[in-house]
Amino acid sequence: MSATEKDINAHLHTQSAGVIWDKVFKGTSFAFAAMVLIVMLAIMVMLFKEAWPTFAHFGFSFLYTSEWDVVNDKFGALVPIVGTLVTSLIAILIGVPVSFGIAIFISLMAPSWLKRPIGIAIELLAAVPSIIYGMWGLFYFAPWFANTIQPFMTENLGGVPFIGQFFQGPPIGVSIFTAGFVLAIMIIPFIASIMRDMFDVVPTALKESAYAMGSTTWEVVWKVILPYTKAGVIGGIMLGLGRAMGETMAVAFVVGNSLELNTGLFYPGATIASTMANEFNEASGLHMSSLIALGFMLFVITFLVLSLAKWFLLRLEKSQQGDET
Amino acid sequence: MISKFKKRKLINYFNLSASIVVTAFGLVMLAWILTVLFGKGFQHINWAVFTQMTPPPGASGGLINAIVGTLLITFFAVLIGTPIGLMAGTYLAEFGGKSRFSSAVRFINDVLLSAPSIVVGVFVYAILVKPQGHFSGWAGAIALSILVIPVVLRTTEDMLKLVPVQMREAAAALGAPRYKVTIDIVYKAALSGMFTGLLLATARIMGETAPLLFTGLNNQFWSLDMNQPMANMPVVIYQYALSPYEDWQNLAWAAALLITISVLVMNIIARYSLKQPSSR
Repeated sequence: MSATEKDINAHLHTQSAGVIWDKVFKGTSFAFAAMVLIVMLAIMVMLFKEAWPTFAHFGFSFLYTSEWDVVNDKFGALVPIVGTLVTSLIAILIGVPVSFGIAIFISLMAPSWLKRPIGIAIELLAAVPSIIYGMWGLFYFAPWFANTIQPFMTENLGGVPFIGQFFQGPPIGVSIFTAGFVLAIMIIPFIASIMRDMFDVVPTALKESAYAMGSTTWEVVWKVILPYTKAGVIGGIMLGLGRAMGETMAVAFVVGNSLELNTGLFYPGATIASTMANEFNEASGLHMSSLIALGFMLFVITFLVLSLAKWFLLRLEKSQQGDET
Repeated sequence: MISKFKKRKLINYFNLSASIVVTAFGLVMLAWILTVLFGKGFQHINWAVFTQMTPPPGASGGLINAIVGTLLITFFAVLIGTPIGLMAGTYLAEFGGKSRFSSAVRFINDVLLSAPSIVVGVFVYAILVKPQGHFSGWAGAIALSILVIPVVLRTTEDMLKLVPVQMREAAAALGAPRYKVTIDIVYKAALSGMFTGLLLATARIMGETAPLLFTGLNNQFWSLDMNQPMANMPVVIYQYALSPYEDWQNLAWAAALLITISVLVMNIIARYSLKQPSSR
């Protein structure tokens, strides 16, 4: 064997080792990627398995009965389900217009020296742990609200036919409405920064042509930027909604944790997540299973909302790629 | 009767003023939350907080066991979650491309990123705490590691994709096998970005309370045993803030401030390290 032949053989050998390691590396990384899917599937399956006694025992009536009686083992999820939907709805109703305004302000109106500080402030607000919002809500916002805004609203709106019933409740501060408001404050930074990112990628040429035609700034927002970013804005709102529905700690502090059904928004109430946080450690048997059933439903609902959000965001991405080419 | 032009101008002024007002509203809320937190927190941070244990009801004490517990649980959560997120992100960026499988992983990962953390807590309760029969630090760490994965995966994929294809091709042209290209070239170029993902993930889980309620629970005493229930800051905040004892509530504010400062500092470092050029 000549020297060169040896070299070539040695070289081929290291190369085939490289090929093997390549396969190992690719295989391992594939396995870990698959693990993400497995974790998701495992969460679904395990929750369903643990929740099964409840579903088997109560059937569909679990979804629409409101009795939650731990002593007699009777469980209906209506109150927490309604509580979750109503608090997130309030959060969206307050949070979306505010986020929209903030996004307009940052991306179109603020002088450039102000853009970055406000942008950073809002993103840091998003990083504050949710339990801090809960403490602030319970010790500061709720008492203030109960003494000022709430009596005002009850007095002026409480007498109005039909909608008046929503503005009733004891002046104690912890209520469905307070929970919705604290959730709104929590999701504002989240939605606002998505909207701002969306507004910033609208091609300058589009905006400037509208200005050149004599549009006001508001008309540029409403007729150019919003149609262009529609899918993304809706996606961002859905993401915020998903967050609001699954939020636990902020809500557990301020919602009041009462499992009675009331139409008044100022009554204490409960959400799926707050009920779980509140009762889990003292639960056993059917009670425990019912709490996990609540968790399973929460997971399914947020999964759907978040999937929808993702779908909207992907659609925007695709249409933008279409514009570029 | 106002002219159409005036009406348009009026609508414009009204709506733009409204967005200034709501921005001010957002900033006022932020300022309110932060002044409350810093005011109450600094008032109650003292030497005892870092040297004494969490007290029994009505007594004063500190947070040292909770601080150590949070550090331990967070450390192990990051240790377990990071390699999974890192490798999965690597697969998506380097091998996955636009295949069905990788689109599915991306999709599910984004859902996991915003999934309710309390559900993750219940999941770990069902697979670990219930069969074992007791709460433990490990269960807490594993629950949090499930929250680490999506953050690390996302940033890893994004950062690896920023590395120019030419660098991979140049390395491959020199005869480097694919895994070497990834580890020695791509990882190195994306290192600061991947570090950012790690910081963001740590910041994300440090303040997480809900999953720990069902897994790590709490412990009044000093314990470094990950097999036992373990004291941790978020659960201490939750239990003490809702207690009727003033000493406990004060400790909760101190703990809240410590957690928030750590989370904010990590976010700021992450932001700063992202802006540094990754390779010279």
